[in-house]
This record gives sequence, C-alpha cells and structure tokens, in this order.
Amino acid sequence: MDPNAIDKAPDAADAWPDQIYDLLKKHEIRQVCLVPDAGHSRLIKRCLADNEIIVTTLTTEEEGIALMQGAWLGGDKSVLLMQSSGVGNCINMLSLSHIHRCPMPMLVTMRGDFGEFNPAQVPMGNATQAVLEAMGTLVKRADTPEDIAPTVDAVIRMAFNTFRPAAALIGQRVIGAKTFGKD
Amino acid sequence: MLAESGKLDRRELTRALLADRGDLAVIAGLGAPCWDITAVGDHKLNLPLWGGMGAAAMIGLGLAQAQPTRPVLVLTGDGEMLMGIGALATIAVKKPKNLAIVVQDNEHYGETGMQETATKYGVDLVAMAKGAGFKHTMFVTKPEEVPALRAAIHAGDGPFFAVAKIDAGSKKLVLPPRDGAAIQHRMREAILGDAAYHQL
Ligand SMILES: Cc1ncc(C[n+]2csc(CCOP(=O)(O)OP(=O)(O)O)c2C)c(N)n1
Ligand SMILES: [Mg+2]
Repeated sequence: MDPNAIDKAPDAADAWPDQIYDLLKKHEIRQVCLVPDAGHSRLIKRCLADNEIIVTTLTTEEEGIALMQGAWLGGDKSVLLMQSSGVGNCINMLSLSHIHRCPMPMLVTMRGDFGEFNPAQVPMGNATQAVLEAMGTLVKRADTPEDIAPTVDAVIRMAFNTFRPAAALIGQRVIGAKTFGKD
Repeated sequence: MLAESGKLDRRELTRALLADRGDLAVIAGLGAPCWDITAVGDHKLNLPLWGGMGAAAMIGLGLAQAQPTRPVLVLTGDGEMLMGIGALATIAVKKPKNLAIVVQDNEHYGETGMQETATKYGVDLVAMAKGAGFKHTMFVTKPEEVPALRAAIHAGDGPFFAVAKIDAGSKKLVLPPRDGAAIQHRMREAILGDAAYHQL
C-alpha cells in the first residue's frame, strides 16, 4: 500500500477482491470497463492479467455505460468498475439501460461514506445511492467483507436476469478511510 | 450529392455510405443521423439512438470488441461527437480494427434549432482524433471522396475516423422504430441468432 496515496486499497489478506474476480469468471463476463479506484486495484490487476477479459480504461465513467450497451448488442456480458464519485458522471447515460432494457451491472467502491477524510468526496459519496435509485437502478450494499461476494453475485444476476442497471456498493467501512494522523 | 450550398447532402452521403452494406452494423447518434439511416432503409443492423447524447462512439467500441470480425460504423453529428470526445482517446488505445466513426459535420446543433457548435469556430475533430492516436482518418468535402470513405468503413484496418462536412439544411423527418428494446433485440438477433433470447 502506498503510504503517500490518499485512497485506501484493500489489504493483501482480504479475500473479497479475488472473490469478485471469481464471480466475473463464473458469470462469463467478457468485457470489464473502468475508471480506476484504489479499492478495485487488485481486481483490476487480475482482469488485466486475464486474456479472456477485454479491459477498457475509460476517460469518464459515462463512457462505460455506453460501452456496456454496445457489448450487449454484440452478445458480450460486461461490468463497470468505478468509485462512488463516478456514479455522478453516469446519470443521464443510465437512461440507455431503460430505453433498450440493457443489463448494466456496476461495482462501486464507496468514498465519502464512512469516516471519510477528504471533504471533496463527501457530497457525491453521500448522494450515490439516491442518485442511482433516482435513475431506476437496483442498489444493494455490502458493509462487511463477508457480504461483498454475495452482494456482487446478486447484482450481476439481477442486471442480466431482469435487464436493468444494478449496482453493488462496497462500503467504505470495509475498505477503511485514511486519517493521516488526525485520529 | 451536393446541396445548393456546395456542401454534401447528408442523406445522399448516408445513402452512399450504407450501399451494399453487407454485415455492417450501424450505430447512429441521436437526432438527424437516425433519421438519415432510416430514410435510406431501416435495417435490423441499425441502432438509432433516441438519447444518450455522447454515447454513440463508445457503443460502437463495445460492439466492435464483442464482434471483432464484423464491421461497425458509428454515424453521428458534430454536437454528439463533441459531447463524448474523450471516447477518441479510449478507442485509440483499444485499437478496434473493425470500428469506423463518421461525423456528419454541419457545424451546428441541428436538432435543437441550429445553434453553432465548436466546429463552426475551427475546432478540428480530425486533428483531435489524430492526436488521440487514430492512424486512419479522412476529411471529406467532395462527392468524389465518398467512395473512398465507404471503402474505409469496410476495410478492417481501423480504428478509422472521418469528418464529412455537410450542408446544414434539415431533411424530411423519417422516424425509426421508437421502442428501444425492440431495436436492441432485432440487432442482437441479427448478430447472435436465436441465442439472443437465451443468453444467461
Ligand atoms: C445530454 C443532452 N444534452 C442536450 C440534448 C439536446 N440535443 C438533442 S440533439 C442535440 C444536437 C445534436 O447535434 P448534432 O450531433 O450536431 O446533430 P445534428 O442535428 O446537427 O445533425 C442536442 C443538443 C440532449 N438530447 N441530451
Ligand atoms: Mg450537427
């Protein structure tokens, strides 16, 4: 873990990033798109190392909503990885999922959520669930490490089985917030 | 193919680009490009967008990556392309050989009452695509350049990006089907066959 980074990544001992990767394989996810978040760093590495997964790094998260629409048109299952601030960038684009009834699973690591240090993360972090739900997204939260895999599994299933946008919010309580000595 | 202004007629351009289209899949940016692709012949492999301004190029990327042997054309307006301009960087990095983007540049937001876009003031979308790393680009203003543009769409050495300067006049409204689920399903069926309805 980079002591100079402001974002926290999961500890090496945490099993959940690898469990999410296993779920992507189980659900035959072929395309993964993302704007990086430290909380997803190990999962991103695993996806990049997998020749059967096409990883697309986006300039903004809304591109990922559009990419998922295109992937589904061509028969690929895909997911979007992002941090909670990226949800704000997706709002209007989420209408694509409703227009076309396109499955759009999103795995969101929360910032500005539980013990946040950075004031800039709080407005969007606090609004993430409301914004997603306002756009008709099914939202399921996980606030313990054991709950992450079942939540991600449920969200991927609900997106593809019911043709909707669905988001798993991975709480900051799991990943932890940096305090920079201001304990 | 020229309008009275001496610029390309958007509908005749579209007709020429989609002639003998084979298995070409077409994503059209919202508004006039959708009316254009429908006017020259609605098709199962057409996805006219009713919303999602800025999405067209990225939908093209997702589809091109899922179906790497099928040619994919994104036909969109200058306003729509500008809204999703970051996609040029995303696409240039992924280098999909089968993806072509053609911007019908009338230098205006036609759909909303002909307000001027940035291209009217010299913003050069081809230069932006080149800067992003697109190796194959075209800037088209004349009818005699259109056959080469059509050929580039099918050539399979993309990603390919072109701007065609078009007459700003609006054309007869020819509406595509409005049920987005239906237009998604018909394209999936055309590409995937019956599996489109049984994908788990
Ligand atoms: C996010 C968003 N902002 C604004 C609009 C309104 N709008 C619809 S079409 C359009 C202009 C499209 O211009 P362009 O892509 O150049 O197509 P043209 O009609 O000029 O061919 C705008 C601004 C919208 N639909 N969505
Ligand atoms: Mg325009």
